[in-house]
Amino acid sequence: MRFGVLQFPGTCDEVDALHAARRVGDAELLWHGERDLKGCDAIVVPGGFSYGDYLRAGAIARFSPVMESVIAFAKDGGLVLGICNGFQVLCEAKLLPGALLPNANLRFTFRQVDLEVVRPDTAFTCACGPGRSSRGPGGREQLARLSIPAKHSWGRYYADEATLAIMEESGQVVLRYAEGENFNGSTHDIAGVSNEVGNVFGLMPHPEHAVDELTGSVDGLCIFASMRMAVEGARV
Amino acid sequence: MSDSATLPTVKDALALGLTEAEYKLICEKQEGSPNQVELAMYSLLWSEHCAYKHSKKLLRTLPTEGEYVVMGPGENAGAVDLGDGLVCAFKVESHNHPSAVEPFQGAATGVGGILRDIFAVGARPVAVLDSLRFGDPSSQRSRYLLDRAVAGIGHYGNSIGVPTIGGEVYFEGPYEQNCLVNAMALGIANREDLVTSAAVGVGNTVVLFGASTGRDGIGGASVLASAELGEDDDKRPTVQVGDPFEEKKLMECSLELLERGLLVSLQDLGAAGLTSSASEMASKGEVGIDIDVAKVPLREADMEPFEIMVSESQERMLCVVEPHNVDAVMVLCEKWEVGGAAIGCVTDSGRMRVYDGGALVGDMPVRALVDDCPLYDLHPAKPQATVYAEPKAELVLNDSSVGIVRDAMDGGAWGEILLALLSCPNIASRRPLFEQYDAIVQSRTVRRPEQADAAVLTIRAHGSSPRVEWGASHEDRPLPAMGVSIDCNGRRVAADPYTGTVAAVLECASNLACVGALPLGTTNNLNFGNPEKPHIAWQLTESVRGLGDACRALAAPVVGGNVSLYNEGSTTGPIYPTPVIGMVGKLPDAHFAGQLGFARAGDTVALVGQFSPSLAASELAKLRGEGLPDGLPQLDLVVVIAAQNAIRAAVREGAVASAHDIAEGGLGVALAECCLAGEIGAQIELDSYTLDTLFGEGSGGFVVSGEEQNLRTLERFTPMQILGVVGGEVLRIVGPGGTQEGERIELTLAEMTRAHGALAELFA
Repeated sequence: MRFGVLQFPGTCDEVDALHAARRVGDAELLWHGERDLKGCDAIVVPGGFSYGDYLRAGAIARFSPVMESVIAFAKDGGLVLGICNGFQVLCEAKLLPGALLPNANLRFTFRQVDLEVVRPDTAFTCACGPGRSSRGPGGREQLARLSIPAKHSWGRYYADEATLAIMEESGQVVLRYAEGENFNGSTHDIAGVSNEVGNVFGLMPHPEHAVDELTGSVDGLCIFASMRMAVEGARV
Repeated sequence: MSDSATLPTVKDALALGLTEAEYKLICEKQEGSPNQVELAMYSLLWSEHCAYKHSKKLLRTLPTEGEYVVMGPGENAGAVDLGDGLVCAFKVESHNHPSAVEPFQGAATGVGGILRDIFAVGARPVAVLDSLRFGDPSSQRSRYLLDRAVAGIGHYGNSIGVPTIGGEVYFEGPYEQNCLVNAMALGIANREDLVTSAAVGVGNTVVLFGASTGRDGIGGASVLASAELGEDDDKRPTVQVGDPFEEKKLMECSLELLERGLLVSLQDLGAAGLTSSASEMASKGEVGIDIDVAKVPLREADMEPFEIMVSESQERMLCVVEPHNVDAVMVLCEKWEVGGAAIGCVTDSGRMRVYDGGALVGDMPVRALVDDCPLYDLHPAKPQATVYAEPKAELVLNDSSVGIVRDAMDGGAWGEILLALLSCPNIASRRPLFEQYDAIVQSRTVRRPEQADAAVLTIRAHGSSPRVEWGASHEDRPLPAMGVSIDCNGRRVAADPYTGTVAAVLECASNLACVGALPLGTTNNLNFGNPEKPHIAWQLTESVRGLGDACRALAAPVVGGNVSLYNEGSTTGPIYPTPVIGMVGKLPDAHFAGQLGFARAGDTVALVGQFSPSLAASELAKLRGEGLPDGLPQLDLVVVIAAQNAIRAAVREGAVASAHDIAEGGLGVALAECCLAGEIGAQIELDSYTLDTLFGEGSGGFVVSGEEQNLRTLERFTPMQILGVVGGEVLRIVGPGGTQEGERIELTLAEMTRAHGALAELFA
């Protein structure tokens, strides 16, 4: 299992993503100017400020040569994970529905947040804890919770009502901010979404920064572990 | 050369900030009147900002050598040994006057400048800290400066992928018209990969790379940084504009150029732009440099040669390259989409020569430019009375010294005093500030802001350089880490420049001790008023004496720093003398990094160290509207350092569950902070229960918690006194044998959290 981590000018979290991915498999960096995905089994579009976030976050990166290949890879069913700026790039590339708007407080905000795994059965969350059937106190559905840091200025998820209805209906909302944790004002508390098919996933919080107890938490590791499970399961 | 009829006169020299005597000396060195290019270059290099002409003699008294020093002052940044072939390069710098004029860009470019200093020596920047001073937040201007400076720091650091891991901010009247924005950066490098800025190799090519050159920041060093601020807005054009995206590319490009061994030397362009970087490279290498301004890529077509030489456009670097490597350098510049141009060469002339195409437009001896600026003696005199006004009283104690009255407070009790302190701007939680900074990018941050007294970073490599394996952290394998702290309580320095500065240095070392780190080296930014005034000269002289004594006692030499003088407001007078201290230490294993919050119910709480608190110059004294005392109680360096050593050892062994240095607001506030950080209460009984023991301040006291038998081991090295036990949801502090109703402190975590969150409204 090999992850390819994209590197644009202005990308900041690519090495973090690289090392997070290496905890569950092999990983290498893919330069924005190259079209060759080097046979990687899954792609990570990492965080940062690609091309300085000029024009609009992610707006220029989506036109880069490497993204042409990533779009083709995604259309072909390949797994693509977008984190923070990577999520913005995937929305700009129309691989994911909706858009990311400036935070409600209009400031860059760094905060450790609790997320609820709404869909524990996707290629990006299948290793993230209790399944749908597990019940908590009072027989209520018990969702797995992940403590993961978020840090961004443009993280308020937005989609129009019709799109949201379709997404909710078809189970494209994969992660939600837990109660009281939605600091950026995202619609429907949405923290992470997938495309209809379920092979492209983006989230604003940074799972690659939650892979070591020493630096905060290990709750993000399950995202990468899920991708490995999905790829290796598909291969078998 | 220029027609003598158009040569500038002594009047032009005065307008550029030079004195008549300095102009005469320049004429002597030039063997005639300097032309416009030459005068512009001299005026910058002979400015206070570049030549340190009022501070250099004092700075020479500081200790700069020691066991861990790899690179001392004089390079772009100092460096200390981290072991295993790695070094930490670090430095603090100020961007005070630009920030007072345009706080967002001023603060942003301050961060950009200090980061360039770090990668200029070949180190990958791994962290930024900031040290900020503003007037009282009741002033709209102070709130504006705070808001925009914090946004500017975040904008630059966040966008470039370097975490902002710590800092400090104080609000005091004397900073109202002259805020301080100091930024410190740290980088990690392989020891053998460190590069100097000395230009060597006659015939080698000088390459300018990075952003193109425009008219921004012309005269910043002389006009803005070397004189008192007057009508702010007139100076706005001398503030530079930063672009962190450009710097991110520049940083990666520089590090890759170095990694591939393509550069002979490297220097960033900061104050005075090409003028100072080229001259300093030539001076250090004892060579000459020829530069052709016609080859400099320009943002505006019609720039004069002198403008190109003094422009302070951001995100530029200058390097010396062997001719056969120039093409390879250009290829890498292209890869990173960074402009690059060969603009000159290294010569054996010992002269700085500026050409405009074929025409020689400036020709100066390098030594005259860089080394021959006259140094001035200070004329210190202690003032008869303090020059600082009394603060406005916000807290009034009744005659009985029991109740307090504060706006809405009705009578109140000592618990109310503690809440008032927790909510005062100098003590309240910094969360609304540090939440605007990315503290975790690069995955090294073991202790984030408010988790411990000092930030803690693992030393493992990141990215392509330095080339060290990155492993997962394993509980069974020690993972070396750095502790970093930045501090200075200017009010205490104003009350006693010597002792206050010693206290600031000790505070940094105490912070490091609380995470288990041993100091390796120190950087400092001396922020003072006009040194030509005797009482400012006295503050500066005494402060530097204290800095030297404390750093010697701690064996934490000064490896670099910066001086910012003329920090005075037109009506508010000089700032508090503010020698900001930054200190870097090492701890053997990040898994044992200390934390400040109480950890477990049932743990014993103890006061460690010979703590002799006094209300003189304390936060409580300020809240009560008291003026500054004349002097602080003397400190015993040996005793405080013994306590630090004991704390550090206990933290490293895991013998204490928490450790916190007692600072602003005294023991009472320190206990509350331990409760808030650990989200748990404590029951405390003090032998001596007075306002002094509760809220007095001083150096060398620590609040620790842990198992009692472990805490008892500290007694062999330093005084230790059991205070109580961790647990519950309430902080209760009482005196011996019961305490009068109004004096007993009993506060819930929720009450304290609310008070401690007072700064949030400044960002609402």
